[in-house]
Amino acid sequence: MAMTVRCDIVSAEQQIFSGLVEMVVATAQEGEIGVLPGHTPLLTRLKPGHIRVTKQHGVEELFYVSSGYLEVQPHHISVLADTALRADDIDEQAAKAAVQKARDTLASSEPTDADYNRMTLQLTLAMAQLQVARDVKRMK
Amino acid sequence: MAVGKEIRTKMGSVRNTQKITSAMQMVAASKMRKAQDRMQQGKPYARMIRNVIGHIANSNPNVGHEYMTVRDIKRVGYIVVTTDRGLCGGLNVNLFKRVMADIKRFQQEGVSVCVCPIGIKGTAFFKSRDVEVSATISHVGDTPAVADLIGGVKNMFDAYDRGDLDRVYVVYNHFINAMTQKPEIEQLLPLEAVEDETTRYNWDYVYEPSADELLSELVTRYIETQVYQAVIENNACEQSARMLAMKNATDNAGDLIKSLQLKYNKARQAAITQELSEIVGGAAAV
Repeated sequence: MAMTVRCDIVSAEQQIFSGLVEMVVATAQEGEIGVLPGHTPLLTRLKPGHIRVTKQHGVEELFYVSSGYLEVQPHHISVLADTALRADDIDEQAAKAAVQKARDTLASSEPTDADYNRMTLQLTLAMAQLQVARDVKRMK
Repeated sequence: MAVGKEIRTKMGSVRNTQKITSAMQMVAASKMRKAQDRMQQGKPYARMIRNVIGHIANSNPNVGHEYMTVRDIKRVGYIVVTTDRGLCGGLNVNLFKRVMADIKRFQQEGVSVCVCPIGIKGTAFFKSRDVEVSATISHVGDTPAVADLIGGVKNMFDAYDRGDLDRVYVVYNHFINAMTQKPEIEQLLPLEAVEDETTRYNWDYVYEPSADELLSELVTRYIETQVYQAVIENNACEQSARMLAMKNATDNAGDLIKSLQLKYNKARQAAITQELSEIVGGAAAV
């Protein structure tokens, strides 16, 4: 059997995943990283995007995180997400609407700086959600 | 019949009080459930970030970070989480006893102490004590916003950064179950290590991006989470303590009414007996 490592994913509202995994793939600040058991200690910031865990026997599960931190210890991987969703729980309609709304606001004449920042953030979050939703469909 | 007028008035007033206390009991019971849910929600995150912070404290970074260096204690700060309202039994009193014992111990060692009470009860308590109050926060409500809390306690952490404070603690009631709450003192700064396999080796993280940036971000997040969780947990404690206190008050009022009723009945019977014997005595005399 493949080697496994304990992995916990928590968001500010709940514990979303806990169990033994063979691999974790996350979108870190400096790019996508895959973490296998026995990884050297690592601490990094997460970008909006997916977290893919390969559970025992190769079963894959996909999560969306808005942002957060990833802590890796040789025998433990912790994901501290600000908000996290199971890929199946993503509301695609809402995400699409959010993308549309953000694009409209940005396209409109002269958005204020605060508006601009908020909308680009929302756009990134919603696009990341859509990407994860697409990925999960491809996996099935 | 004018017998036992005072007793009846008294019974009426006790009954009114009982109505109020039983209403408060029910309100507290329903609030408690919500408060408990909120507390449970935040728990996994708070526990996990505490663990990560513990690991960080165990690591051996090349860059010495001020949050990890343990300085000699010259001055300590306490963030004391209390309730805004009373009528919740011994909840606040027990907390004050616990924290005052700690403060006295520090003061005897010549360490100066400053506190930042959260909640009206704490503010009132420390006003009349020989302790310096650096800031106060009140009216945070049942669903506090992190920003409201952090604004007030931030000066403590700024003071720590400047080196004016050498330890920062948070004091709150730990929710054990609906019947039991225990005052708890937790050290926020400097970061406390956890005992596990990370203690044994000399190691350091690979940081992405830089260590400095990540650490101060994470520590800020950690402090926010811990203070927020303390307030939320204290709120759950407040509601359950109030529910219990009000239940006792309602029961006591019931007992009081019962004994007053007995007294009243006795007095009435005595009056009837007396009147009868007067009539009989009068008839016999004629």
